[in-house]
Amino acid sequence: MTDTLRAEPESPDAVVNSEPAEPPVGQRAMSRARRRADRRAAKTASKTATKGAARRAVPAADTRAAVIDVQIDPSDPLLLFLQSAPGPLEIAALPAYSPAVVRMKEQGVQMVVPFVTSGELVGLLALGPRLSERTYSRTDRGLLDSLARYAAPALRLGQLMRAQEKEARERERIEQELHVAQLIQQQFLPSELPELRGWHLAAFYRPARTVGGDFYDLIALANGEVMVVVGDVTDKGVPAALVMASTYALLRSAADLSSSPGEVLRRVNELLIPQIPMNMFVTCLVLVIDLDTGRTRFANAGHNLPYVRRDGEVLQLQARGMPLGLMPGSAYDEHETVIEPGDIVLLYSDGITEQHSAAGEMFGFGRTAELVGEATSGDDLVDRSVLALNTFSAGVEQEDDITLVTLHRGQSGGHRDTVSFTVPSEPGNERDVMDRVAAIVDGLLPKARLDALKTAVSETAMNAIEHGNRGDASLDISVTVRRTAESVTVEIGDYGRGMQRDADIPDIDLKLAGLQTSRGWGLFLVENLTDRAEELTEGDRHIVRLVMHTSDHAAAGPTPQTTSGATPLTDPTGSES
Amino acid sequence: MSLQFALGTRGVVVVIHLLGRIDREAGGVLDQSYTAAAASSASIIELDFGQVEYINSTGIALIVGLLAKARAKKRPLRAAGLTAHYRHIFEITRLSDFIEIVEPIEPVEDVELEQAAH
Repeated sequence: MTDTLRAEPESPDAVVNSEPAEPPVGQRAMSRARRRADRRAAKTASKTATKGAARRAVPAADTRAAVIDVQIDPSDPLLLFLQSAPGPLEIAALPAYSPAVVRMKEQGVQMVVPFVTSGELVGLLALGPRLSERTYSRTDRGLLDSLARYAAPALRLGQLMRAQEKEARERERIEQELHVAQLIQQQFLPSELPELRGWHLAAFYRPARTVGGDFYDLIALANGEVMVVVGDVTDKGVPAALVMASTYALLRSAADLSSSPGEVLRRVNELLIPQIPMNMFVTCLVLVIDLDTGRTRFANAGHNLPYVRRDGEVLQLQARGMPLGLMPGSAYDEHETVIEPGDIVLLYSDGITEQHSAAGEMFGFGRTAELVGEATSGDDLVDRSVLALNTFSAGVEQEDDITLVTLHRGQSGGHRDTVSFTVPSEPGNERDVMDRVAAIVDGLLPKARLDALKTAVSETAMNAIEHGNRGDASLDISVTVRRTAESVTVEIGDYGRGMQRDADIPDIDLKLAGLQTSRGWGLFLVENLTDRAEELTEGDRHIVRLVMHTSDHAAAGPTPQTTSGATPLTDPTGSES
Repeated sequence: MSLQFALGTRGVVVVIHLLGRIDREAGGVLDQSYTAAAASSASIIELDFGQVEYINSTGIALIVGLLAKARAKKRPLRAAGLTAHYRHIFEITRLSDFIEIVEPIEPVEDVELEQAAH
């Protein structure tokens, strides 16, 4: 027909004929649809061109289109003009004050065809003079008008799909960055709660978003005491996580200089004020504990008051002070108490007390205190709290980060007792491990619970031997058994890479139908026979931790969360047992 | 070998008495016991776990395999003598949906066939 010029408005909503990017795998179907739409548009254009060319045998070389990019500024009045244009227009009919029209005239454009769909200008076709040197006929205009009406929706579809692809790529990038941020933040939280001479610590941490502003920390002080810190940054998500990281570092730094909880808070407050964004602050509670005597000094910067369960009663440790990052010169009074043998202390963030139910009711302090009153151990308190909160807020989004830390001082004479041993990774040694663990915990567990633990230990040890250490007899598996009056914990370590998480959950219907191998029961048994099963890493060792409460009432099967840094065993496995 | 067996019959029931451990080493003996039991004219096959001291996940897998064979031949399978612990495992794995669990067996009238002692 003619030489053609293609004009591309700069506005993202009015881009013409851009090349589609290679789609992500998940969007191939959309891309196919887009290609179909593009083919339809091309077919229409081709038909139009063919009809025009048929009137005069034009050599192929003459029909090649010269593509010229005419950039149109989004504020150019031409765009508004074309949006309501009735169809193809001579260049002379366009507003002469438009910079784009000036540029098009310079490049010999004679005819402009707006592509409008749903009242929106999505592109335009700019045409030079006809090769016949005749003017555009009524038939030509009709054909161009038809082309525009067919091509405009297809073009719009392509534009929308390209925009979607771009958004998807951007989302993926953000998710990846957040995942990295989450991994970095997890490094701030204790990966394992240490042995504390007769004290048992348990913790739960669940951010409302990928990263959060809650934190807790345990710091061994030079004088032998232990500093326990819990904190909560206002807001959540990335801003809170950044402030959390800063506060964490400041607290560690301050703890190096002072063992006084009030002084630590005072120092952190002064250092935080110049750094923290407006309208953000940090609540923080610091306890410094003498593990031998239970003497506990504490100071509070606006954090929730801790609960203490003592002899069936529930108490609160009273201490108040300004949150960190709000007011220079704030002082933090130091208080003192003694945590007695058998006491259970709960430190928590407002993510639990201020969580709402579907009915709009708040979980509140009353329910929290009730949970403390019913607790039989720190682990039990964490487990029950998470379960109660999940039940209470079923169907409701988690509103804020949630942190729970429990300190349970063992009964006098009931200090935690630990026995460790190793065995070579030889087939059959799992029974040896099972028998030795059974002997170590003899008398602590009722028979049914002991039998369940034995099977779980045997399965875990077998997995460590066969898969973790790949049956290499030169590699030992390590076994650590911890006994308290409340629970038995067995940790079995190997040099493997941990459990695979994509294996099928064993289903006997599928197995009998031949759709699953008959094997694959090992970790299913472990999960279902213990009160808690989780995996973690320590250096180059992969460890599975099994927890069994000593009394039936505290054991309601696997629990939903665990010590931070450890991962509950979903169904695994590379274990082919 | 970790497992031994002996066969007995009681009316329409052929009983596989198992003794020892059902683990990775027990596959051959378990298969052998089933083949012998299936050859009998008894309509029901009963696994007697009364003398079994240990079953691990591999053992569970072997029992699932045995169950699949029995179902293919439409031979009802049942289990006797399970301890409370292994009964619990049969329940959580849902083996008990397919294998009837019966109380400790009555005395077997007629013990026959070989004792596959290993």
